[in-house]
Amino acid sequence: MTDLNTQQRVIKIIAEQLGTEENETTPDKSIADDLGADSLDSVELVMALEEEFGIEVPDDDAAKLSTVQAVIDYVNNQLNNKK
Amino acid sequence: MIEKILTGKTALVTGATRGIGKAIALELANQGATVYATATSEAGATEITNYLQQNSYHGQGLVLNVAETVSIKNVTDFLQEQKIIVDILVNNAGITRDNLLLRMKDEEWEQVIQTNLTGVFKLCKNFSRPMLKQHWGRIINISSITAIVGNPGQTNYAAAKAGVMGFSKSLALELASRQITVNVVAPGFIATDMTHSLTEAQREHACKMIPIGSMGTPEDIATLVAFLASPAAKYITGETITVAGGLAIH
Repeated sequence: MTDLNTQQRVIKIIAEQLGTEENETTPDKSIADDLGADSLDSVELVMALEEEFGIEVPDDDAAKLSTVQAVIDYVNNQLNNKK
Repeated sequence: MIEKILTGKTALVTGATRGIGKAIALELANQGATVYATATSEAGATEITNYLQQNSYHGQGLVLNVAETVSIKNVTDFLQEQKIIVDILVNNAGITRDNLLLRMKDEEWEQVIQTNLTGVFKLCKNFSRPMLKQHWGRIINISSITAIVGNPGQTNYAAAKAGVMGFSKSLALELASRQITVNVVAPGFIATDMTHSLTEAQREHACKMIPIGSMGTPEDIATLVAFLASPAAKYITGETITVAGGLAIH
């Protein structure tokens, strides 16, 4: 189950990093195609997620985070694994 | 009054106890930047603080050995605690361990690569992130004419300094979209402690080879670095500029 709080935090970070509006940063959006992230944006986003949630995102995993939903799911998984 | 080109900017200059590094630190400060300049010892850092204060410049000396990860972390933490964002990074710290290849020890190779190349990688990695966030930054790496024309006894030094050039071109491309420029300055024969170790004959020979006919001064390097660091140089990136009196024009 998706923790709503985590979802909101993830969306907030994505919006901050990419300079998008939070209400446009919906789970169905593609990080690159819809939200306009270039490769540097993606790296910065991953680093921001690592800091915010105290997780480590290996490069192989980072490459798979193509949509907002994928990021939310990934962070939730990581947090559950930590528990 | 001449307008200062670096007012409001903060710079970090490595290897600034003497020679080219000191001249760069002084010139950036003279142009209005707040300058954090580093030395490998406490005494060196104090010396830097003193020469900045004597000129009523903003900034101070810090202890940093770019070959040690812990030392880099200490400086990074210190600056972060003070909420200081480095706008201008000048990687100048360097060592020589000259020897002909056949006699060169692994340590001599490794030490030079560690300080002169790996140190640049680590500092750029550390300090480029805040630059990315603010969409402005200047990275200036000091290489050497040796990287371009070679020098017997300096395979290690030439390899490291040529490495810095290739590194800087790639990094320039990575950071360009964020208005961060990365350039290299390659000094030729500059009168410093490093070149004082040359014999009189070597120096004479060198001067004969230099089209301008004399050795350069640390200030010749520093004025270019200050310009590259300034807002006016915003469209120059990925370049290596040789400051060598016409030696090795390419």
